[in-house]
Amino acid sequence: MSVQTSAMTSSSNPAAGAPIVVASHLCKKFQRDSFEVVALDDVSMEIAAGDFVALMGPSGSGKSTLLNMIAAIDHPSSGELRVMNENVFAFNDHQAAQWRNRHIGYIFQTFNLLPVLTAFENVELPLLLTRLNKAERREHVELALKLVGLEDRMHHLPKQLSGGQEQRVAIARALATDPTLLLADEPTGDLDSRSATEVLEILTRLNRDHGKTVVMVTHDPHAATYARTVRHLEKGQLQN
Amino acid sequence: MAIPISYNLRNLRLRWGATLMTALGVALTVAVASFILALLSGLHRAFQASGNPLNVLVMRKGLSDEVSSSISRGKFGAIKFLPGIAVNAQGQPLASGSLVVVVSLRRRGGDGRANVTLRGLGLQGLALRPGARLVAGHWPQAGRRQIAVGVAAARQFQKTQLGGQLHFGKGDWRVVGEFQDHGSAFESEIWAPRDEMAADFGRPDFSSVLLRAVSPAAASALVRDIESDRRLKLHALTETAYYAQQTSSGAPIAFIGGVIAFIMAIGACFAAMNTMYAAVAYRAREIATLRILGFPRPSILLSFVLESVVLTLFGGVLGIAALLPWNGLTTGTLNSTTFSEMVFQLRFTPHVLADALIFALVLGLIGGLAPAWHASRENILTALRG
Repeated sequence: MSVQTSAMTSSSNPAAGAPIVVASHLCKKFQRDSFEVVALDDVSMEIAAGDFVALMGPSGSGKSTLLNMIAAIDHPSSGELRVMNENVFAFNDHQAAQWRNRHIGYIFQTFNLLPVLTAFENVELPLLLTRLNKAERREHVELALKLVGLEDRMHHLPKQLSGGQEQRVAIARALATDPTLLLADEPTGDLDSRSATEVLEILTRLNRDHGKTVVMVTHDPHAATYARTVRHLEKGQLQN
Repeated sequence: MAIPISYNLRNLRLRWGATLMTALGVALTVAVASFILALLSGLHRAFQASGNPLNVLVMRKGLSDEVSSSISRGKFGAIKFLPGIAVNAQGQPLASGSLVVVVSLRRRGGDGRANVTLRGLGLQGLALRPGARLVAGHWPQAGRRQIAVGVAAARQFQKTQLGGQLHFGKGDWRVVGEFQDHGSAFESEIWAPRDEMAADFGRPDFSSVLLRAVSPAAASALVRDIESDRRLKLHALTETAYYAQQTSSGAPIAFIGGVIAFIMAIGACFAAMNTMYAAVAYRAREIATLRILGFPRPSILLSFVLESVVLTLFGGVLGIAALLPWNGLTTGTLNSTTFSEMVFQLRFTPHVLADALIFALVLGLIGGLAPAWHASRENILTALRG
């Protein structure tokens, strides 16, 4: 990983166009009271490296479940999923955590910043798990915050930031380790339209200028227009 | 690298109400525990400071305390010239018989009466106790019904100040001196000229004999020789060993205090556990976020255990700080060997403070482990939903 030695690059990305995510016949079923709920129903898809994919669909359609599987947070009832040629379901808990730290940047709808830590400290968190020294970590954090236009808010606590700024800090945190894949779960869901546009423009820039593969879950058609590829899920099934 | 400790410290500060209440509970527990430890430390200090390793104390066979013992002057004559006994500048053996009785005195503040050890010393008595130093007045002179009082006894009992008159034996005795002896058990005693006291109490025999050996090896040899001489029927041991045995006087304090501290510790553990469970529940989403960022379960476990330990250490420091002003406070207990009042000081030594902090740390570890374990095992997706 380039994060071990230098500032953010896109050199670690697989060759553009090659599949970075390959899902085969993914099924996810679980029991809720006496009902069997099907979250994913035989989903097979590929996501090319360097793509910006919007996963759309109504609530409960399985898009977040699919995103969580790509992040090795959730497991299917059946099927296979390879992310960057790794069978992520074969990871144990510790391996999954390590792998996420190195390859995945995760952006939450509700930002999920740690409220007692400053913007700088929040962005630095994933870097604490790398071999970077303090000076190198600082360099990465400052660069990440600069990329999202918040270099002047470094020492602010989340409560001192607007919602849009919080989400930009969260994006900087996702970027800090220079991951290959950015996963965003409704990143604009809690934002006003102006902030949402800023966040979407940042994601677009990261995809276009820095070669990051972005998978974004959204049910906002406007947000989906920023993506290069749009996939629809409904009742757990891929529609197109 | 672990989750930064600043995350935990700031969360403790953020929830300052819960933090303070839990810390106060722990503080109370640690205060009780450290009070007991300070009592025992003071008691041990008093006994350990007593005696000289070169001094050999001789009593009647089968007895373990000076008060009940009796040694005839004839036997004293037989043992004072044993080989290995040091001599003074005049060539006289450093050997002295003591008469030890218990008298009842009224405590200061009218708080009832207590037994005090009254020790009659012979000519060599002071020479054998070189640690004893006058802090006021002079040593008692024979034939004038004079006594010297240890500083600890002087603090505890009425009429023991310089010039005071105490009534025991056949009449009044005047306090002419006050002495100290490095905080030893002697400071709880009253000393008088032996032969005058023997006449007053009608006790011509000695209670014990103290011999000064020329070396530690000679002291051991003296103990062996006296113990093995069947004609003498005497029991000998080094003076330090005699007082070390009396530290058992602290056993009731240790037992009762230990039980109270243990019960309180259970309560404090539950308080810490409750606070930490609330913290874990409140921060479920943060924990899930940390896991998604790549922090493994052991990091989460360590982070919350550390937070619990910091919380209880804070309580521990509060508890210790609350008690420190009492350092040096004089108190007393019944010496179960001599059945007299043993006066000593509360001593918050570095060792006591370290033990108290370790106690607080253990409370934090025990109280924090289950919530931390729960935090580290929480399903990420469940936790994300809050």
